[in-house]
Amino acid sequence: MAVNASFAGRTYPATAPYAVGREKIREFAEAVGAVDPVHTDAEEARARGYRDVIAPPTFAVLIAQQCDRQLIVDPEAGIDFSRVVHGEQKFAHHRPITAGDEVVGELHVDTVREAGGHAMVTTRTELSTTEGERVCTATSTIVIRGGE
Amino acid sequence: MALSVADVQAGQELPGRTVHITRATLVQYAGASLDRNPIHWDERFATSVGLPDVIAHGMFTMAAAVNVVSDWVGDAGRVVDYGVRFTRPVAVPHDTGADVEVAGVVKSVDEAAKRATVELTATCNGEKVLGRALAVVALD
Repeated sequence: MAVNASFAGRTYPATAPYAVGREKIREFAEAVGAVDPVHTDAEEARARGYRDVIAPPTFAVLIAQQCDRQLIVDPEAGIDFSRVVHGEQKFAHHRPITAGDEVVGELHVDTVREAGGHAMVTTRTELSTTEGERVCTATSTIVIRGGE
Repeated sequence: MALSVADVQAGQELPGRTVHITRATLVQYAGASLDRNPIHWDERFATSVGLPDVIAHGMFTMAAAVNVVSDWVGDAGRVVDYGVRFTRPVAVPHDTGADVEVAGVVKSVDEAAKRATVELTATCNGEKVLGRALAVVALD
């Protein structure tokens, strides 16, 4: 198998805080065509009850993928990144990621399994603020294509 | 601003849209998302690893598709849960780019919790590129 099966259940320590900025949210929203002014207009965001502009629903991937890297580059995991394909992605938002948040992610390797000659790894990143408020649970399944 | 639970019924169709993707779209997304894998912008690299062409980031397609839900519900912050499967890559030819057709339909409404589940479909050249694409929105 193209991944170390004993990694299921492993947890990596929280990453360094990611500072969520207004301009990064704007840049991400523009890149995905998210035109809701809640991403770019702080006054509009406050009028809707948010503290500042909020990130689009998939912005969390930017932080979560930095956490996932810990597993992908872990030599003991044995993952060949050139064979990795993204299979599935989910976000459960506890509250929107907001400009000004300092977000840390704790990576959990939930399952490692094999199917059809490929290995599938499901990871879960628990994102929370440095104050300990949960913001998002990001779950990702990667497929490591089997070799010939 | 956001939709009220009284305005939403199972079976309701959301206004769909066509998302046009070019190489420039992918370069912009690579920069914004920090996903700089060359399979998304370097045709020579992409074909050298067995892909038909440069392919769109699955995460770009996922993000672009949910705009249909955010715009319909009236506040992107109301998308509380969102998940997809990446069933097929979207090849993005240099000359023509690619068109992804996105549609959405309300699958169920939980009146007590004031939440609705929307199923999205995203197709390119008639083939599904996202599977099991479900978004849960919080309603007024």
